[in-house]
Amino acid sequence: MTTTATNNSLKPVQPQSGKKPSRPLWAIIGERALEALIRFCGISAIIFVLAIFIFVFKEAMPILFSGHFNIGEFLFSTKWYPTSMSNVRYGTFALTVGSLTVTALAMAIAVPFGLGAAIYISEFCGPRQKETLKVVIELLAAIPSVVWGFIGLTVISKFITAITGTPVGVNLLNGSIILGLMSVPIIVSIGEDALKAVPDSFREAGTAMGTTKWQLITRVLLPAAKNGLLAAVLLGVGRAVGETMAVLMATGHSVRIPHGIFDSVRTLTANIAAELGEAAAGSDHYRVLFLTGILLFAITFAVNLTADFVIRGVKRK
Amino acid sequence: MFLNKQVFSSRAIRPFLTIALCAAALLINCGKKNAKTAEKEKTTIQVKGSDTMVNVAQAWAEEYAAVAPDVEVEVSGGGSGVGIAALERGVIDIANASRNMKPEEFELAKKNTGKAPKEFVVGFDAMAVYIHKDNPLEEITVDQLKQIFAEGGTITKWSQLGVKIPDASNDDIVRISRQSSSGTYEFFREHVLGNKDFKLGSRDMNGSKEVVELVGSTRTAIGYSGMGYATESIKMLKIKTVAGSFAPTVENTVNKSYPLARSLLIYTLGEPEGAVKRYIDWIMSSAGQQILQDNGYVPLTAAAIVN
Repeated sequence: MTTTATNNSLKPVQPQSGKKPSRPLWAIIGERALEALIRFCGISAIIFVLAIFIFVFKEAMPILFSGHFNIGEFLFSTKWYPTSMSNVRYGTFALTVGSLTVTALAMAIAVPFGLGAAIYISEFCGPRQKETLKVVIELLAAIPSVVWGFIGLTVISKFITAITGTPVGVNLLNGSIILGLMSVPIIVSIGEDALKAVPDSFREAGTAMGTTKWQLITRVLLPAAKNGLLAAVLLGVGRAVGETMAVLMATGHSVRIPHGIFDSVRTLTANIAAELGEAAAGSDHYRVLFLTGILLFAITFAVNLTADFVIRGVKRK
Repeated sequence: MFLNKQVFSSRAIRPFLTIALCAAALLINCGKKNAKTAEKEKTTIQVKGSDTMVNVAQAWAEEYAAVAPDVEVEVSGGGSGVGIAALERGVIDIANASRNMKPEEFELAKKNTGKAPKEFVVGFDAMAVYIHKDNPLEEITVDQLKQIFAEGGTITKWSQLGVKIPDASNDDIVRISRQSSSGTYEFFREHVLGNKDFKLGSRDMNGSKEVVELVGSTRTAIGYSGMGYATESIKMLKIKTVAGSFAPTVENTVNKSYPLARSLLIYTLGEPEGAVKRYIDWIMSSAGQQILQDNGYVPLTAAAIVN
């Protein structure tokens, strides 16, 4: 790919290189090549997103137009029977609700912790403690999700059954605790960056006006860093919605609308992970699983878009 | 291919090129060497499928390394459905299955690979129904199981079966099932639910071991898996039929009085040849069957003696 780019950018360069003998040819070529490479890196995100979307869409398409598929049932039925012998039904509503409830509860756990930690690191602690905390929190982000899932399955589930007396420890609460812990590092590091980006003059002005530390944070810093903090929370949400392995192990993998935090659930991601292996390539089940992928895509897209609008709304004010 | 002369001759790029070429040459050489040595020294047999059989398949693979050091057997689980799907694509040599291949799967494999799958019975298993060891229930009928597990079934509480579980916080039956790629799941659906669907809301576990573990730690749970996975913390129920109650034992499996007895199968694409054939022959031999028995399943020889 890059060699092609070199070649293409070469031709217009040649006459130019005659005019400017002061710069050796290789430097110009090198520069052009690097420029092309960097440009490619810059737009690669768009290319990859498009390529992934096209691939997923291509795999899911045939089922949409097959005639025996009901999109309403797909979105709003709770009956998920992909391998039924008598009556195959593809209803993902329970899975969607599973994904959303796990994410919401995870955020209820992660946002106060994450933002609190970010505020503490950025505003309260000394430089040495700050370094230690940051390293440890980054370490938390480095724990693989399957290890988190394992902790949920073996440790947290025992705690939940022992403390609450609920019969099964792998449930919505367990999955949310795990996901919350997984999202905290992201929220902390990005939230801390956002707070750090607030100019010191704001703090000085606030202090000069005689605010307490609490007033300074709630009235000055948080409003000033609102966009960055929102971005931090949304990246945490993204992580939680997309997480697969840990929720597969910790939520109990049960298709149902949860009636409480001790009910087991199944998420969209876990369902894809568990079933794609057996679904014969090209079968209806396979295509519906890809359609589930598009649904996930749509959910995260909606989350990001709302966030974008919210941020713009905030700016206009 | 696209390299321009000027690029090639330029001083700065030449060293990079040399390095790149060297690296490429090295890679190609390495690849060749590996391929050659692998051909000479090791043949790899890829085995995938049934989670019920994954332990015994791994034990076979380990023992076989001593019998034939030139053959390497790679085993992975995932469920009978996963193994059969891989066989249909022709990416593995042997698929383990705790259920029979369906006609459409058979046709798909034939269409994709041009070879008809061949089935071998390598042992027998009784699909056991597990409950927590403190649960006072001793026996259950197939119809009761159906009422517990099937869509529209009416049994949801232990009191409906006439038992009270000591120290349990509630009476609800916690159903532990397997995910749909499992051969055990399909066997249960076929032989207990009569091909009806499962009630939604069961906890669908990834493997037999997880079922046993969750049943062992949940007082109000009921689950099913191969007899080879029994542990201290669970109890296997007797199945009550018109002829009497039968525990999932070797005798009851062999004489077919236990209603949920089944064959453990392996599938190959076409008639097996060479290393794969020798491996399957060894599995069927007394050494291979002994390993199967040690893993808690019923060997072919036991059936031969009784019949």
